[in-house]
Formats: sequence, structure tokens, C-alpha cells
Amino acid sequence: MTKENTWIVCMRTVIVTVLYALAMLRAADALAADAAADDTFSQTVATLASTNFKVKERAVEALAQQRHPNTRAVLSALLDGTLYFRKSDQQVFIAEAKEDGLALTDPLTLQAAGSAPASELTRITTNNQLRKQIKGVLASFALTDPNAEVRLAAVREMMRSLDRESAEILRQRIEEESNDAVRRAMRSAVALADLDSSDVEVRLAAIETLRDDLSPEVFNRLSALLERNADGEYVEPDEKVRAAALAAVNSIKSWRNFYASIETLFFGLSLGSVLVLAAIGLAITFGVMGVINMAHGELIMLGAYTTYVIQQAMPSYIEASVLIAIPMAFLVSGSVGVLIERGIVRFLYGRPLETLLATFGVSLVLQQVVRDLFTANNRPVETPSWMAGSLQINEALSLTYNRLYVVVFMLAVFALLVIVLKRTRLGLQVRAVSMNRSMAKAMGVRTEWVDALTFGLGSGIAGVAGVALSQLTNVGPNLGQSYIIDSFMVVVFGGVGNLWGTLIGGMSLGVVNQMLEPHAGAVLAKIFVLIALILFIQRRPRGLFPQKGRAAEA
Amino acid sequence: MNTQSLPSLLFGDRGTKVFFGVLLAALVLVPILHLAVPADSGLHLSGYTMTLLGKYMTYALLAIAVDLVWGYCGILSLGHAAFFALGGYAMGMYLMRQIGPRGVYGHPVLPDFMVFLNWTELPWFWHGFDMFWFAALMVVIVPGALAFVFGWLAFRSRVTGVYLSIITQALTYALMLAFFRNDMGFGGNNGLTDFKEILGFDINAPGTRVALFIASGIALALGYLACAYITRSRAGRVIQAVRDAESRARFLGYRIESYKLWVFTFSAVLAGIAGALYVPQVGIINPSEFQPINSIEVVIWVAVGGRGTLYGAVAGAVLVNYAKTYFTAALPEFWLYALGALFVIVTLFMPRGVVGLADRFAKKEPQVAEAVTA
Repeated sequence: MTKENTWIVCMRTVIVTVLYALAMLRAADALAADAAADDTFSQTVATLASTNFKVKERAVEALAQQRHPNTRAVLSALLDGTLYFRKSDQQVFIAEAKEDGLALTDPLTLQAAGSAPASELTRITTNNQLRKQIKGVLASFALTDPNAEVRLAAVREMMRSLDRESAEILRQRIEEESNDAVRRAMRSAVALADLDSSDVEVRLAAIETLRDDLSPEVFNRLSALLERNADGEYVEPDEKVRAAALAAVNSIKSWRNFYASIETLFFGLSLGSVLVLAAIGLAITFGVMGVINMAHGELIMLGAYTTYVIQQAMPSYIEASVLIAIPMAFLVSGSVGVLIERGIVRFLYGRPLETLLATFGVSLVLQQVVRDLFTANNRPVETPSWMAGSLQINEALSLTYNRLYVVVFMLAVFALLVIVLKRTRLGLQVRAVSMNRSMAKAMGVRTEWVDALTFGLGSGIAGVAGVALSQLTNVGPNLGQSYIIDSFMVVVFGGVGNLWGTLIGGMSLGVVNQMLEPHAGAVLAKIFVLIALILFIQRRPRGLFPQKGRAAEA
Repeated sequence: MNTQSLPSLLFGDRGTKVFFGVLLAALVLVPILHLAVPADSGLHLSGYTMTLLGKYMTYALLAIAVDLVWGYCGILSLGHAAFFALGGYAMGMYLMRQIGPRGVYGHPVLPDFMVFLNWTELPWFWHGFDMFWFAALMVVIVPGALAFVFGWLAFRSRVTGVYLSIITQALTYALMLAFFRNDMGFGGNNGLTDFKEILGFDINAPGTRVALFIASGIALALGYLACAYITRSRAGRVIQAVRDAESRARFLGYRIESYKLWVFTFSAVLAGIAGALYVPQVGIINPSEFQPINSIEVVIWVAVGGRGTLYGAVAGAVLVNYAKTYFTAALPEFWLYALGALFVIVTLFMPRGVVGLADRFAKKEPQVAEAVTA
């Protein structure tokens, strides 16, 4: 080792040691600072126990400046009336009423600190002045929160009960706010406050700002400007402001209507997706094979129960249960379908009315089996957390995730089915058999085998639909019955033997139903749709997209 | 021999002879056993049993109506219980009006449920139902008119086979949803009940019940005769031709739409009359009578008995309903299994039902030409 090297190593050691020592010092410093902050915090909190409101106000002021992490908890407790002090030693606690006295929480550590009978403690009282002050402090705390969503929620909350102080706080924060959505909400809130200004120009400017906000608070506040008071005079004295407010209200109204119709469309599409899911299996068994399967609804029900059983079998995997249930339900309903085909339907080909009756018998049996296994009561199926909640597009429009997923899921199932029928060997054979059974047989297609598999495929899809339905409706023995008529209507409406017809038929029925519902009510809307369908079939007995050519004559 | 004369209709074939024999015996014996035999005697027939038998007879009439359209004309209606229920509602409305001021709320005109819903006056469609003749007319007209309009639309545009079955099912489903609504003015979920008297007689008195029982029997007999007459007439042969080869019948120059429409409407009227006799005996009518499953059950009665023969339909209705009464009391869980199995077994193995089996044992040629293919 050379001299220089030794020197460098030496130096390095010294530097590292010094740096380390410095770091230690700083950490100790921080610790000491923390301890000091805790001390001041505790002392300030203790002064809250005073009976003098002036002292309490100063304490709140001090707490606001210290910005101790627990300040919010303490002030919220004070506001809610859950802050107490012990009579014996004046120590302050956050307390929660339990059957046997009060459960105490230490404000400094936020840890449980035992319990005490209510008689040993005194609630720290507040007055209006103090409450207003606390609200302001809490609001500015929330407004400086690093999380933009917390800030937005705080602004929305302040908008709901807006007073001059909170408006002032918001006005000061606008420029410092980095998030666009929060800043917009803040502007709206400030503008709402400005509507009370005595300056006409300020009011006009406020209305100009508010006309882009779709929230109900803004809408109600602006509508209120146009009303007359008990003496028949306008609430808003200035004509120009009234005109501006009217324009703004109208603009907001039309936007809200627009979003409401988008929402209706979305509801309609999701309802339509449910219908398509329920009907698409039928479109295969009825449409492609010409077999009326009245037990189709019960195969859907079996799929829903499969979801339930899987959730019961693995309660710790609720999140994944739905995904696991999809292939399982396909297998369960599919194999029951194959059994039905092999056991009953194959003896009845070419006699659709008999098939209808026999499969109806099967549906009764399946219902009773489920009743005996799972009782007649509805079974609770849990919704995974990733399907709960909704997608908030704006103040006037939010789309729930489960409805969104149903649309996506339906499209996926549909696409898969189209691929199976158009691109696979099985699909080719299915189409061949449905077009000309004896010719297909002559060409070497094992028609019996194809029949069983086609029926199984349609039934399996019913099971998959059941998984989706388990997330949307009650899972009970009658689940299938409530969908069977709708499913048949969709298939017949769309045109038998045409998957695209089923898709369009189901979607349009769903949308029409949802569009009628606000005007006529759910039941009447459904009745109208049924009657319209009955009349439609008179006009076009083969549905929207009838099969053309030889297959149509079968 | 003139096959249309009354004696030949009554005693035309063995099954019919048996039917009329049994019916006559029941109509004579049952009232005697109920009224004349003292209650402690072993031969006494309880009011419950008699009403049950009366109920079966209305079901049998409904089964005949379905058999006429399905067994003879090949139209599988899955909505006939709707016509039955409509006839029942017409009768129920009359019975409601008869309650008068004796309801719970004591309103002189309005039925209880309307008072409950804070209605102040009678809806227009309730007027006239205080008169029996008007209600009786409505029992015939309402189901008949609905069937006529529905059939006119459906048959004219050649909706056939399973399509027709499905839309008849949709029809009864839509009616069920409609009658469940309180706003419709038919008592909503609870339907019409708490009847007091019919034509001035106490509806629960033994004498009234006997009269209702006999009325059901007579209606059944007349319905049977009418259907027997129709099926043996020239028109009846066309109807069966429609069932067996619709296109050929059309190409031969028959206006099959008219035949179908006529049969369908008549059948709906029969079903309505059956419903009107059913309601005073069971004492209630509610929207669950419109349930699609009810209509399908009627079809299975006919299938079990043997479609294409009127006595088969009657036998099926009585057999299946007796089994239902028995099993739902003794083994309630078992009933749906039994009914489901019945659907499967009958369609797979007994295409001509009980009557077909009986014929096979008697080594007789079937009365009706060739097995039915729908």
C-alpha cells in the first residue's frame, strides 16, 4: 500500500466519522425539537380546560400555529363535544361514551388511556364564536393537506355551509392551490360568497364564474336569485344580475339535462348488457339449434349460485372469487346443459313445442333442487371491492363500476362467442349443422356430438351470465324465471339465429326501457316494452334481422 | 248417422260416455252427500271437498279450452290462464260491488282497497259491475275481445309455432305486471277478496256452494258439448287440418287465419267463463293467477290427459290437480319434482297422455286420427 493511499483512507475515515456525528446530532436535535413541540402542545391543550372562553380562543389560535399532527383530532373533538377534562387533575382527554362510562384517549399519543365514569370528567364547552374559529382552523388545515382529494372534499364541504370567514380563507388559498379541480371548486365557493356582495359588478362576475359549475349547491343558489320574496319583490334587486343569473341557470340546466340523458343512456346500455348476457346463450340454443330451452333461466341461476358457493368455499379470496366463478359457472351450467341435451332434448328435435314443455319440467326440477340445497331464501353474494364505487366524471355524472364492468364483460363474452362460431372448427360445424343437418352429416360431421357441444356452449354462457347477475340482483331460486321471458323477447326481437341481432335487440330494449322509466315508472315501462314487442312481432315475425335464404325456412 | 245430433255428441265415443256418466253422477251425488247426509256420517262430504271438486271442474273447463286450441288447432297458447284470470276478475268485480257498505271501511260504494288508497270515486271501468248481467257479459266479452285483437294481429301476420307461444307468454306476463300495480284499480297485490254474497245469496252458505258446484258442472258439460260440436263440424276438420299441415290447408284455399282466430277467441271465452266460476268458489282473485307458470301448467294437464281428445283434457286436469292437492299437503317439497318429471315423462314417453295409454291397453284404434305433431 502506498503512502498516498494510506492518507486517503485516513481522510475518508475522518470525513465519514464527522458526517456520521453530524447526522447523529441532527437526529437528536429533531428528537429534542419533537419533544419540545409535544410539550408545548400538551400545555396548550391543557389550557383548553379553562372556563374562560377568551383563554380557550387563544389556545385554539396557538394550536393552529403550532401545527402539531394531533391538532386536528383535538379540535374536531372539541367541535363535536367529545373533549373532556378530568376534575381531579385537569388533564384533557378525548372521550367516547360507552355503556360503562367514558372511554378515554390521550390527545398527545392518540392511544387509549383507560376509561372512567362520566361523573369524574367535565365536558369542555364551546360557544358560537369558538366553534366558528375552530371550523376555520380545521378548514385551513384540510385545505393545506397534501392530498388533492382531501382538499377538494374540504372545499365541497365548505360550499355546503358557506360563511364569510371560510370564503375569506378560500380566497386566500386560491393562488397557492396547485390542483385545477380544487382551484375551480374554490373559485365557485368564493363566487357563491360574492353573490352576497353589495357591488353589482362583483355579483355579475360571480355569476359568470358559476355558470360552469354543475354542482347542486350552485344551481340552487342561482335559482334562488330569481325568486320573489313574500312581498312580491325579487330577492335580487338588480335586473342585469337577474338576467345573468337566468342565463346561467338555463345553461346549467341544459348541461345537467345533457348529462342526465348520458346517464340514462348508460343505465340503458348496462341493462341492455344484462339482457344480452342472459339472452345470448339462448340465441345459440334457440337461434342456432332451434331448440326452445325453458330451463335457460335456471342455468343462469346455477351460474349465480356457483359464485355463491365459491365465495363460501374460499372466504378469504372474495376479490378473486368472481373471476374464478366465471369458468366454474361455465363448467357447471355447461355440463347440466349437456345432460339436458343428451337426456331429453335429443329425442325431441323437430318438435319444438314438446321441447318447450319438457325443458320447462327441467326448470321446475332445477328450481326445487336449489331450494332444497340452499333454502328458498336469497343468498348473499359479496361484491369485490374493485367492483364497488363509481367513476365520477363530473358533478352531474358518475358511472357505477359494476354497471361499467357488466357492459365490458358482455362485450368480451360476445366477442369470444363470435370468434368461437366464426373462427373455430366447432363453430364451423355448428353453423353447418344449423344450416343443413343431413348434408352436414353426409359430409362427416358428427351431428350428435355437435348438438351436445352447442347446447353445452349456450348453457355455459348462461352460467357466465349468472355470475354477472349475481353482482346485480338477488340470488334466489326464482332468479332464472325473472329473466327467461325477457331473454326470449330479446332473441325474438333481434331475429333468431343472429348473434348481432341479439346484441342490438338487447341493447335497444335496455335503452328504451330506461328512457321510459322516468316517465312511466319501472313496471309500466316494462309493460309498454312487452306490448311494443308483441306488436313488433306482428309486423316482423322474424325479428329485426331475419335469416335469409334456406335456413329461414326451417 | 248424423254426427252432429245431441245423442251422438253425448254418447259418440266411449270416453265421452264415461265423462258424461261421471259428471252426472257427481252432480247428483255430491250435493246429496253434502246436504242430506248428516255431518257425523262416514258418507258425509265436507264443504271443503265439494268446493275442491267444483274448482277441479272449472279447471277442467279451462283444460278443454286449451285442448281446443292446442290439441285440435295446434296453437300452443302459453297465456290461457290470462283469459281465465280476466273472467275471474270480471266476476270478482261484481262480487266486490255486492259487498256494498259492509266493507271494513263501510263506504257505501267504494271497495275497501280504494278507500285505503284514498280514492274518492269509482273508476269508470268499475261502473255497471253492480249488475250481475253486466258482469256476466264482461266475463265473456273481455277475454273474448282481448283474444280477438291479439289473435287478429298474430294470425294475420302468420306468427306461428314457438313464436306465438312466446308472445302469449309475454302477454300474460305483461298483464300480471299490470295487475300488480295499485294504480290499475284492481286491488293490486291483494287482488279482490272478502266477498259476501252472490245474487243476494250468502256466498259461504252451503246452499250457495252447492249451486255454484252445480253451475260449474253444467258449464263444463255445455263447454264440452260445444267443443265436441265444433271439432266434429266441417270447420272442426279444417282446424285439425291446420294443425297437421298448415301450409297445405292454406294452399287448398281455406282462410286459415279466420279459422284460427275464431277458435282462439272461443277458447278464450270458455277460459273466461271457467275463471268466473272459479272465483266465487275459492273466494279470491289476485294477480298471481296471471303468472306464466299457471298457463304452462294448464298445458301439462292437457298433455297428461291426452291432447286431441276432450275427455282426455278433463281427465288430465282432474288427475294433475288431485295430485297437486295431495302432494302440496303431504310432501310440499316433492311437488315440483313430480310436476317437473311429469312434463318430461309425458312429452318423452306418453305423447297421447293417459288416454293414449288406456287405448293401448284396450287394444283399440285411437279415436283421433294419427298422433299429433305440433
